[in-house]
Formats: sequence, C-alpha cells, structure tokens
Amino acid sequence: MATQHSRSAARVMMAPAVILLLAWMLVPLIMTLVFSFMDYRPLRGVVECCVGFDNYVRFATSSAFIDSVITTLVMVAGILAITVIGGILLALLLDQPIWGQGIVRILVIAPFFVMPTVSALVWKNMFMDPVNGVLAHLWRFFGMQPHDWLSQSPLFSIILIVSWQWLPFATLILLTAIQSLDSEQLEASEMDGAPMLKRFWFIVLPHLSRAITVVILIQTIFLLSIFAEIFVTTQGSFGTRTLTYLIYQRVLESQNVGLGSAGGIFAVILANIVAIFLMRIVGKNLDT
Amino acid sequence: MARAVSPQKKLITTIAAWAIGILIFFPILWTILTSFKTEGTAVANPPVFLFFNWTLENYETVQERSNYVRYLWNSIAIAGGSTILGLIVAVPAAWSMAFVPGKRTKDILMWMLSTKMLPAVGVLYPIYLISIKLGLLDSKGALIVILMLINLPIIIWMLYTYFREIPGEILEAGRMDGATLREEILYILTPMAVPGIASTLLLNFILAWNEAFWTLNLTAVNAAPLTAFIASYSSPEGLFFAKLSAASTMAIAPILILGWFSQKQLVRGLTFGAVK
Repeated sequence: MATQHSRSAARVMMAPAVILLLAWMLVPLIMTLVFSFMDYRPLRGVVECCVGFDNYVRFATSSAFIDSVITTLVMVAGILAITVIGGILLALLLDQPIWGQGIVRILVIAPFFVMPTVSALVWKNMFMDPVNGVLAHLWRFFGMQPHDWLSQSPLFSIILIVSWQWLPFATLILLTAIQSLDSEQLEASEMDGAPMLKRFWFIVLPHLSRAITVVILIQTIFLLSIFAEIFVTTQGSFGTRTLTYLIYQRVLESQNVGLGSAGGIFAVILANIVAIFLMRIVGKNLDT
Repeated sequence: MARAVSPQKKLITTIAAWAIGILIFFPILWTILTSFKTEGTAVANPPVFLFFNWTLENYETVQERSNYVRYLWNSIAIAGGSTILGLIVAVPAAWSMAFVPGKRTKDILMWMLSTKMLPAVGVLYPIYLISIKLGLLDSKGALIVILMLINLPIIIWMLYTYFREIPGEILEAGRMDGATLREEILYILTPMAVPGIASTLLLNFILAWNEAFWTLNLTAVNAAPLTAFIASYSSPEGLFFAKLSAASTMAIAPILILGWFSQKQLVRGLTFGAVK
C-alpha cells in the first residue's frame, strides 16, 4: 500500500512531530552550549562572551562537583538495588496463586501514581519526623531511641522514599515478564527434581534478564534527574546534592548561568551514556 | 502459571502477599486516614488508627487557606491540555509510521526516543529564559507546550506499538469490498485504534499530572498546579499533619483512581514496547 502518493502523505503527517521535537532538542541545547562558554551572571549584569573552557574546568574541579557525582551514583545505585531486588521478589510472590491477587496488585502499584512532592512530604513529616513520625512511634514501641532520619541519614532517607515510589514500576514490569515465562519448562524442571533455588537461578532469572536490564536503564534515566524529592526534603543539604540539584542551584538560585550550563552539558553526557545502552535494547526489539 | 498447589501453600503465600501489599500501601492509607483527624489526634501518642472522631474540617481549611480548586484546575488544564495537544501531533505521525513504514522509520522512532533522554536540568535556563522573553513564565500555556514536548516521544511510541498491531490485511479486505478511504478510516481503523489512543491518553495524563520539575521551576502563583501546591506545605507551621494529609489526599486521589485503570498500559508505555 506504500504508493508514491501515500509516502508523501506520510511525510506530511510526520512533519509536525519531527519538527517540534527537533526544535525542542536543538534550540535549548545549543543555547546551553553557548552559555557554557560565556561568563553569564544575569543578576550581576555580567554577560561576557567566550571564556573558553573556564566554566567546564571550574565546574569539574570544584569539590561540589565530585561530591555531587558521588551522591548521584550512590543514590541511583541504592535505589536500583532496592527496587530491582525487591521487585524480583515481589513479582515472584505475586505470580503465585493467591486469593485476591487483583487487590494486592492494586495496593502494590499505588505508590507509583503518587506525585513526587506528595510522597516526599508525607514521608518527611508523617513517617520520618523524629517526634511524631510513624517510624518514631514504631522505634519507641520497640524501646529504641527514635531515629532522626532526614538529618542523621539524609541520603538513605531519600533513597528509601524514591525506592518506595519506583518499586511498583520494577515489580509491574518484572511481573509482566514472569507471566510470559513458559510454564511447561518450569514444570518439566520441577518434575526432574530441580530445587526451587536452582529453578529460579537457571530458568527464571535468565528469562528475566532482559526485563531487568530494561528496568535498570529506564529507572536510571528517570533517577538521574530526581528533583522534587530533594527539593522538598533537604534542599540539597547534608550531602544529598545530586548533579541535577547542583546544576539547578547554580543556574536558578545563584544565577551563574555559564557555570551551571557547563554542568548541564556534563549531565547531558552522563545521561547519554546510559541512553545508548537503552536504545540498543529497544532498537533490537523493533526488528522482531 | 496455573499450577495446582496445596491450600496450605496458597494460604501462606496469600498472607505474605497481602502483608507486603498493605505495608507498601500503608503510607497512602495513613495519609488518607490522617486527613480526617483533628491536628491533635494526628500527632497522638500512641497513634490512633481508625477509632477517632472523623472530621472534614481539614479539607475546608485547606480549601480556604490555599484555594485548592484553582490548583486543581491548573493541574487538569496543564495535564489535559498537554495530553490532547500531544495526541493531535502524535496520532498522524504514529499512524503514518505504522502503516506506511519507510526505510528511515526505525531511525526516526529511535531518534524521537533519544530526545526523551535529554536531562531537563541541562536545558533549564534556556527554557526559563525563553519563557521570560515571551512573557510566558508562570503561564499555563508554556507548561502545556513543554509537557507536551516532554511526553511526545512516549505518546508516539505507545500509539505506534498499538497501531502496528492492527493487521493491514483487514484494510485490504475492506478495500476489496469497495470501502472508500473515508469509510476505511471511519469504520475500520478508528474503532480498532480507539482503545490504544484511550490508554495512551490515560497514561500521559498521569505522567503530566505528576511532573514535578518544570511545574515547580516555571510557575509561581497563577499557573501553579497541584505539585507546587503541595510543595508550598514543605515549611511546617505549627501543627499541620492533618492539613498536609488533606491536601495530599486531594492531590493524589484523582490520579490514583485513573492509575489503577491504566496499570496494564503502564508497562507498555514506559518500556517503549520492550516488555509486553
């Protein structure tokens, strides 16, 4: 059905989307790139062109940058570990025959739909508050000194909050993948007397490997730009300043646009490294 | 995996699954319950769970103090507007890619996906600057366009995977039976495409509703949606757990309900068809 006529019609139909996305990608990115080579501090009225790589050097050599990269990596790795391992276990559990499976699924998936500012505030105040938080009550109930989560272990607290939001995503995707597993294969191995752990290790896990990779990559892309959770809990203090938050502070809070833009380019490069891997997997899937 | 299991085993797994499900859901449940308490009851030690005097006063206070309805309207307008605008742009594009695939269709799809990977913070200042220059800072219009662009790749991808499942043979069969192009679109394609379009709409409405980078950074008062409304509660003023809960419940309730309807589409939409 692909005649010359329909081909040109298809091009016209595609054009708005392509042009819009092209503009959305190129215009701001080029502006950021230009700013990154300028001494641009609008609040002080400094607009000086062409400082070369000064901003990059200053951004990359500041201790804040190194710290923020480490914080980002710890945060992303921590959340990934919790959500992927938790997600596999939870998906295995939900795959079992249970009563009321639909309702349990709904309960488990719910946190994903909670907007980030709500979940951060609810956790910060109603759960992690050292006096009135639910966790403080729980700690006291067991005779322990309540833990002041957000000031004593702020990074871990944020990891917990974000993990709670993303665990449903990992669970749901892994559950979908498990359910596509050929049950005959499992039954056969069960009859052959393979113990549960072996069945999991040699049959279930290899089957899940692709879904796990997809979960890791997609989450990484979203997690690299965590913002709201930090914004309403610690504002980047106490060692919770990620690269995203650092750039936000440079650009909007202290209005050092040149420096922040150089940081922005670093963030773009970092995200692209992850993106390349994700694109490969998605691309392979297109051929089938 | 429908395998026969003993009732005991089923009972144990049921209890375990319910326990974990309730544990995960508990923060939401607790927020909803607290929203019906007085501020005093909300911080009672030990905490009260169900047996307290239920009250609606927090909802009234929140509405009076911060005009919840206006934020709600902004959220609906921004999420709804960006989703509809996105669909208007995406449906023709996905349509042509699914039914008239060319040599470069795959490259275009991949490139579209790659724009989604661009970290927002990398383009924060340019967007901020453009919004100011166009007088669009703190306006719903700017956010509608920005959120539309952010979610456009997901919308196109979701639609594409749905459209591709519509068999081309059915169109040929219709044509053989003498259907005109208009009839073909109206009676054959549209009914088959509607479910896909509906679930795309739903998922993107949810994503736009919860978006909390641009909505926090580009709004002040007029265009601020519920994400910003909630963030304004981040500095506590005295006793405020119950009011915070009421505000939170109002911000998440609409989307929680929509979300439960869309859980199947969620997987497809967020993995770009890589996991089905």
